[in-house]
Amino acid sequence: MAPTKKMGIKQKYAHLTRGLDWETTYEKMDDVFPYDKFEGIKITDWSKWEDPFRLTMDSYWKFQAEKERKLYAVIDAFAQNNGQTNISDARYVNVLKLFLTGISPEEYQAHRGFAFTGRHLRGVGPRVACQQQSLDELRHFQTQCHTISHFNKFFNGLSEFRTMHDRVFYLSVPKSFFDDARTAGPFEFMIAIGFAFEYVLTNLLFVPFMSGAAYNGDMSTVTFGFSAQSDESRHMTLGIEVIKFLLEQHPDNLPIVQEWVDKWFWRGFRLLGLVSMMMDYMLPKKVMSWKEAWEIYFVEAGGSLFKDLERYGLKMPKYHEQATEACEHISHQLYGLLYQLSHVTGLHAWMPDDEHMDWLSEKYPNTFDKYYRPRFELWKQQEAEGKRFYYNGLLQLCHTCQLPMTFTEPDDPTTTCFRESEYEGQHYHFCSDGCKDIFDREPEKYISSWLPIQQIFQGNCGGPTIPDVLAYYMFGPNDGGEYVGSEDNKLWESWKNATTKEAAE
Amino acid sequence: MAQIASITLYQNDEARPVMEAILQDNPTARVLNMPGAVKIDVDDELVINRATVEEKLGSEWDPQQIHMVLISMAGNLDEDDDQIKLSWKH
Ligand SMILES: [Fe+2]
Ligand SMILES: [Fe+2]
Ligand SMILES: [Zn+2]
Repeated sequence: MAPTKKMGIKQKYAHLTRGLDWETTYEKMDDVFPYDKFEGIKITDWSKWEDPFRLTMDSYWKFQAEKERKLYAVIDAFAQNNGQTNISDARYVNVLKLFLTGISPEEYQAHRGFAFTGRHLRGVGPRVACQQQSLDELRHFQTQCHTISHFNKFFNGLSEFRTMHDRVFYLSVPKSFFDDARTAGPFEFMIAIGFAFEYVLTNLLFVPFMSGAAYNGDMSTVTFGFSAQSDESRHMTLGIEVIKFLLEQHPDNLPIVQEWVDKWFWRGFRLLGLVSMMMDYMLPKKVMSWKEAWEIYFVEAGGSLFKDLERYGLKMPKYHEQATEACEHISHQLYGLLYQLSHVTGLHAWMPDDEHMDWLSEKYPNTFDKYYRPRFELWKQQEAEGKRFYYNGLLQLCHTCQLPMTFTEPDDPTTTCFRESEYEGQHYHFCSDGCKDIFDREPEKYISSWLPIQQIFQGNCGGPTIPDVLAYYMFGPNDGGEYVGSEDNKLWESWKNATTKEAAE
Repeated sequence: MAQIASITLYQNDEARPVMEAILQDNPTARVLNMPGAVKIDVDDELVINRATVEEKLGSEWDPQQIHMVLISMAGNLDEDDDQIKLSWKH
């Protein structure tokens, strides 16, 4: 007998995804897959689906196991070597607080969402890819908790992250983003998370953030970050495949897909505002500015992508010019807001020092000195006079993105942007045209949003006073507020001064 | 403006032969070094050849091992037993 030749990856993948499925006979196919038609997407031939990585389950397990082994070796080494004492500054830990409370729970939501699509899409190819991604996302959530748990032994603001995510006002920004995606149909979910988030925007979150962790001495976070990112490349591929597949299957899909792309681009852009603030203000040692990251990952990479998708008639997402223009402003506006509100958040804030201000002037020559430096200098002066400024009111939120109304008009950075819609006799408020359009397209969905400030007024957040609400959020007394003089700050100073002390003390 | 095909790899020993192979086989490649990561951009199309990586590495290399060092990429992907291609060409 002639020796059988080893199968190539194309052949192996074909075996995994072809002939594995069958037409059901006891139950109608439409009953088995009840969700893949109501959105209006038309699929004529599921077998046209191609996963270019052609990753079979055996290789998937092998690679994932190896990634985990490597990651946990680093996490152990980090703990054993007291890696927390070697970060650039304790201000850096704020980045981890924002990440663990605002991003890690969304990894879990992504896990749930892909488990759903991995069950409910009719084709085998995308089902396999979605199931792999679902497991990846669960792994991301778990490894992030494990890694950051080491910092929780020393620093405030990390321990109640799950509860915080579900209740706290600014964390409803990422939460509502994923809630919105998960309550959509399976195809919209794939465009929202698979395409818009994973392909178009995730690089902006992970690459500069993880590189920032590397630069700031946090070896364990770099490792979980890049370990997750290696899965992300697969997720990006799934995202681009799904959009090409939908556009190739039927011309009627184009207008539906375009609306989703427009919606999820704008929602993603708003969500990433939180990342902009982290990059420009929270990392003690900086890798690149938010604006530079946007240039690389949206203008350049997104530009190449959308040029490719032009052949299907798909256009750049609506308001992309506004978004690019707003990148001159959003990090300064959001950090300014955090500074004024940090006493009611689980995060510390501080005014940038002179060197940091100069860096901001250099990176934002058109806007920083003109619009933001004067405001920050006033706050610094007030601090020096012992009158650190805090804002003590409840904020008006955008009904779509749930960020406070803090952004300015596209052509006038001195005027706050307000938009409004009326639906069934009620007024709804928005931070931008993009957010208003999203509401107007599906008002009956968004009127049921859980808006954290409205919920306080309705008496659903622990009580009427600030301490009541903070207790409901499960914030500890030292979790937020000014960094200088905080427990985290004092702990850090004690470590820095302890170099001559005995280790056993 | 040219469309940019791009790959981002770990800055480590495991990724280095892959990076060297890319630079050799894509002479117009541009490199952006970041802490912990390296981004390599090529106009329109970027290829990674198994044979070149094996030559740099001095041992066998399965293109799927790219998953161990990959951070991000841009371009339409095509992968088989001998080559990984990221391309905007049709
Ligand atoms: Fe993830
Ligand atoms: Fe992902
Ligand atoms: Zn909004």
